[in-house]
Amino acid sequence: MVIQQTQQKVKEENKYGVTGKLIVVEGIDGSGKSTQIRLLEKWLRFRNIRVFLTEWNSSEAIKDVTSKGKKKEKLTPTTFSLLHATDFADRYERNIFPLLRAGYIVLADRYIYTAYARDMVRGCSPLWVKKVYGYALKPDLVFYFRVPVDVAAERILSGRPKLKYYEAGMDLDLSNDIYESYRVFQSRIIEQYEKMIKNENFVVIDGTSNIEQQQQLVRDKFDEIVMKTKSDNNRGQKNDE
Amino acid sequence: MMSDTNHKIYYYGHGIPYYQDIEIKGKLIVIEGPDSSGRSTQISLLNSHLEANGHAVVNTGLKRSELISEGILWAKEHHLLRRRTMSLFYAADFADQLENKIIPALRAGYIVLADRYIFTLMARDAVRRINQRWSHNLYGFAMKPSLIFYLDVEPRELLRRVFEKNMTLDYYESGEDLGLSDDLLESFLLYQQKIKQQFIRMQKSYGIIPIDGNRSIENINLDLQKKIDQCLSTNNYTCIK
Repeated sequence: MVIQQTQQKVKEENKYGVTGKLIVVEGIDGSGKSTQIRLLEKWLRFRNIRVFLTEWNSSEAIKDVTSKGKKKEKLTPTTFSLLHATDFADRYERNIFPLLRAGYIVLADRYIYTAYARDMVRGCSPLWVKKVYGYALKPDLVFYFRVPVDVAAERILSGRPKLKYYEAGMDLDLSNDIYESYRVFQSRIIEQYEKMIKNENFVVIDGTSNIEQQQQLVRDKFDEIVMKTKSDNNRGQKNDE
Repeated sequence: MMSDTNHKIYYYGHGIPYYQDIEIKGKLIVIEGPDSSGRSTQISLLNSHLEANGHAVVNTGLKRSELISEGILWAKEHHLLRRRTMSLFYAADFADQLENKIIPALRAGYIVLADRYIFTLMARDAVRRINQRWSHNLYGFAMKPSLIFYLDVEPRELLRRVFEKNMTLDYYESGEDLGLSDDLLESFLLYQQKIKQQFIRMQKSYGIIPIDGNRSIENINLDLQKKIDQCLSTNNYTCIK
């Protein structure tokens, strides 16, 4: 099964002449993943590797609409899902995919797995969500930062005073108390992530260990998976579309 | 007279899981067709006709959601969006109206007249070489209408009407983003022909009724009225065969 998937992946990549590598970090807010991917980015730049970092929900064209919807608390699970899918498509068509074809190392702070986890918890059809993101290339490496929900909450609240409506899952009527709602909602997200670890080949990092230790693991894994295949793999075929 | 029965809601695909078991009383009638095919004229005549017969009518259309339409207009003006991003943005706009306008109105027993629906969006996607299975899955959250009409007008005739009204051709309605021809007029004709072919392709599988839109306003309206009145008198929600 795994071998089949890998073969399928190589075939797809060759079709478009993808020579770059895609590295993803996933985990709930406050898991420390953004810190780690930024450290990885600096390290790669220092080594003169062409690198591009892209963040979830950051496309200029869509941002205003999504934040308006969030502010007014008017998003349904389906529109929430589709607006994030639009944001992702914009970054994918504009940067991620062309840069991968140009040989870049693309670092993604959250990728399709964030959508899988959140949209499923919100009650969208799992198969539907997966197919909506069906065109996106599978990453070469996914780091999943595992932290208990209390640790994450503490980290978030030390940086800003309040939890946000949607990150606490308040749209799901889990509880009137925003902290309780946050706890239930984020625990369900963690559940979804945990279910994906095996099938999606996540590399699990203990997000409670110290920052330097985590970064060392990230760098070692990067060298092991990416640098090795990059040097012994010459896949620069022309796009045949 | 419309019957007073409650109907189940039917979707094209996975549907909206949290709206699976609701019941609707009204009927959804869709009018598809290109710009200048006479859609809005026909819809306003149908509004009067239906209201004269004692029905309560709600109008809906593409790019009309309170939340998202402005964002689409802004992005289009700046030519910012690639094909898949555009597709998902429109899907989000449609979802917003489906959940906040169409379904609530149908539950309350209104007749919803839709000035275009997912078929225009799928036709546009297909012309832009987006995988048809992907589009079909994307709109799997859309509910099936009671009737779907397609105002079929020859591209040459459309061209005449567009110039008569606006004196100029629209960037997207001419498919200029596709680079079909250096000549905008030529591009318009080619693009409209391609869209028309997509509607012909979809006719059977979705039960779209083609209406010859080259005839007089009155003739077209009588045709539509007859078919709609007939559908409203039946007990079934959908009149699509």
